[in-house]
This record gives sequence, structure tokens and C-alpha cells, in this order.
Amino acid sequence: MTHLSKSPWILHYDASSCNGCDIEVLACLSPLYDVERFGIINTGNPKHADVLVITGGINEQNREVVKNLYDQMPDPKVVVAVGICASTGGVFRECYNVVGGIDCIIPVDVYVPGCAARPESIIDGIVRALSILEEKKKNPAPGRAAMGGER
Amino acid sequence: MSRRIIVPFGPQHPVLPEPIHLDLVLQDERVVEAIPSIGYIHRGLETLVAKREYPEYVYIAERTCGICSFIHGMTYCQGVEQVMNLEVPERALFLRTIWSEYSRMHSHLLWLGLFADAIGFENLFMASWRLRESVLDVLEETTGGRVIQGSCKVGGVRRDIPGETLECMVRDLEGFERDFKEIANVFLRDESIIARTRGVGVLSHGDAYHLGAVGPTARGSGVAIDLRKTGYAAYGKIHFKPVVETDGDCYARCAVRVKEVFSSIDIVRQAAAKIPEGEIEVKPKGNPNGECFSRAEQPRGELVHYVKGDGSRHLVRSRIRTPTLTNVPPLVKMLAGCELADVPVIVLSIDPCIGCMER
Repeated sequence: MTHLSKSPWILHYDASSCNGCDIEVLACLSPLYDVERFGIINTGNPKHADVLVITGGINEQNREVVKNLYDQMPDPKVVVAVGICASTGGVFRECYNVVGGIDCIIPVDVYVPGCAARPESIIDGIVRALSILEEKKKNPAPGRAAMGGER
Repeated sequence: MSRRIIVPFGPQHPVLPEPIHLDLVLQDERVVEAIPSIGYIHRGLETLVAKREYPEYVYIAERTCGICSFIHGMTYCQGVEQVMNLEVPERALFLRTIWSEYSRMHSHLLWLGLFADAIGFENLFMASWRLRESVLDVLEETTGGRVIQGSCKVGGVRRDIPGETLECMVRDLEGFERDFKEIANVFLRDESIIARTRGVGVLSHGDAYHLGAVGPTARGSGVAIDLRKTGYAAYGKIHFKPVVETDGDCYARCAVRVKEVFSSIDIVRQAAAKIPEGEIEVKPKGNPNGECFSRAEQPRGELVHYVKGDGSRHLVRSRIRTPTLTNVPPLVKMLAGCELADVPVIVLSIDPCIGCMER
């Protein structure tokens, strides 16, 4: 991990996960794994968040919610798909109500494997996302640069 | 008297780890009515029975919910075993009981942490979750998985717990009990917790019964239902009493869960003392033909798995009724008339597990 210029805050949303990955994301905040040592705080407000952590796949009803949360986050932002359901739809991809992984709605930067994903791999995924975040900060997307760079 | 306004609560809300949406109809600061809407996590996994063979479906049943996944797998297996008339070895039944109780401890500690967080007591959240890790360590050591265990199968269990490991688990429970007593004291005696939970979200005995509340939500209102008393797995050979509180408020529901952790510790000790030697599985022969309702006590209440087979490798129908779904009508009742600031505490007090509820 390279030097970080700010404390990254994460926004966690449960798309259509079975809870297994959710509680592991929360376990990362608990004293044993303690992601706060990287300055990471779990916020409930998309407008404060830098990293969107999504567990579970997209279904017909939460499609708009996920898109909405992503759009509300200020640039630069990164998306971490935690678990195989968020990556591809996983064991539920054949279910009638599941559309697929998160990447069929919004761009995903890091995919974390596992069912349920282990806290170690979630932390690894988020730390990787942080270097992508730094990268995006240095080279903002062209559309945003024309509008005056990062907000 | 001011006019009524509607405040949307969820699906994405800081206090909710999972999405449920409530439309709160407010008059001043008071909730007049709460209208729930669900469907944000619905996957439709019951239809996967047509695509997975019946022994494989255990894998899907366990992923109904990541918090009580072992009990989901076990209930499904019980149903299929009953349809196929399988005699599960005694040792497997005891192992199922032990893992169920560890799941209950981990689920209750998880809930106690989230509840403390909803009250705003972050230190207690951290303390509960730190203690929960020691339960997860046992589950990981004995089954290989932290939250999704995958150790149950039709006809028995996949792994055995060797005698020395069992002794070690029982020894470690002493330290766990001592640590949990400290946390339990805070939950039951701390003034700030009592101020936020006593008399909040009261559900009367009659309402709990008529609205079909299950699990700690019902037991907190004095309805003594505990499916473990029906004697599935090895519960018939173990002595315990359902934990019942009579006040029906958030404090009572919290107290039920705190006391259930102690009762789970006791059940594990008894099961470890009584577990017989022997086989841990029987090979299922043929295919399930018939139907069965299989019931079990989840940390959140009564879980029902309905299975129906027609003699082929695939089941015809699987139906899962989870405790959170039956606890939503009591929740709506509790919310009517409460203060807006108490809504997060009351919503959490039924221990909502939306992943379970919507399947």
C-alpha cells in the first residue's frame, strides 16, 4: 500500500447477499481485524464515501438502489465487489430474480473471491482499491477533468 | 395537531446492515403507522431445486442465510431424511446439536453488538464482536468455515469432532462464559441501555400470540415457544428450559437473547458429555418420494423447510418459511405509537435477518 493522502471511508450495501459476506465486512471493523488502522470508517452516507463495498448480486428491485448509491458518491470513487455473488451472481446466478454480478450495473474496480469472503481477503481487496483510488485522484477521468477535476 | 408526514426508512440506512424499507407515517415526532416493503434481496432460491439434485441442494439451503446457515442446512436435511426414512446415527445428531448451539451463540453475540451500535454504545459493539470471534474460531476449527459451514449432509454430517477437540471446546467455554458474563452485566444493568430499551416497543402477550411472533420476540412477551423442545436432533436428550421474559419491551427481548447464550453454553456442555461413539453418516439409498414439513429453532425463531419429492433426483418443491417474515407483523404493531428516535432500536429488537426473510 502506498502513501494515502486521506482516510478512505467506505459505504457498505447489501445487494442480494445471503448475509455471509455482510457479516464478514462488519467483522473487518471489529477489534480482531480493525480496518480503522488504515483510517477506514464505515459510513452510512454515500456523499461521504470513497469506496463502495457491495455484497451480493443485482436483482430486479435493487438495481435502481445500487445505481443511485453509486451516482450519489463524489468522484474519485472505487467499487469493491465482495464475494462471488457480487462478482458473477455466484450460486444464485440461475435464480429467476438475479440479474448477475454488480458489474452489469456499475463499473467494478476490485473483485474479492470467496463464499463467504474471508475478512483477510476483504481487507486485501479494499487496500488494493485504495491504491486505485489514489491513481484515479492523480489522473481524473476525462469527463470530470473538463468539468473542473475532482469535486 | 400537525399534519402527517411520511419519512422513508431504508433500504440503505446507517443502522441497517441489510435493506428493508419502511414508510414511517409521522405526526409530530410520533410514528402513527409503519408500512414495510420488501423484495430488495429476493433471489428466488427455492426454484433451484429443479436445477440441483437433492443432496446438492443442501449447499443452496445453507446459503439462504449466512448467519444461521448451519441450521438452514440441518433443517433441510432433516426434512429429506424424514421423507426417505433415514435413521441418522446418534453421534451425528449430537454433532448437529453442538454446531447449532455454536451458531446460536455467534448469532446472538452478533445481534447484541448490532443492538448496542443502534443504541449508540460503540464500545459494547466492539466488545461483543471481539467475543464472537472466539465462537467463530471454534466453528472454523471444527467445520472449516467461519460463517458458512457446509458440514451437514443428507444422512448425517461431513466431519467428526475428535474427543480431544471436544474436551478442549468445553474447557474453552469456561473462559468464554466468564467474558460473556461481563458483557451480559452491561446489557442487563447499564443505565443508558435500560433508559433506551425499557418500555420501548412493547408487544403484549396477546398480540405476540395472535400475530404469530416466534423466537425471542415471542419469548420476550411471555409466549413460551421453543422448537428445540420438540426434540429434533439430540435436543430430546438434553435438559433445558426455554428462556421467557414477560415485559414484552426491547429490554425483555435483549434479556432473552443474553440468557439464551448461557443456556446454549449449558447445552453444549451436556451434549459433549453425552455424545456417543459411532458412525457419523448413513448413505442415502434411492430418491425422496413424499413430502415433509421440517421445523427447527433458529436464533430468530421457528424455521420451516417444506420438501416434496416425486422419486427423482430433483425435488419437486422446496418452501422455506423464515422467522423474520413472521416477526414483521409484530414489528409493525410495535412501531405504531413509538418515537421516531426509537425506530432503529425497535427494528433491531426483532433481530431482522432480511437475507433469510426474502430468500
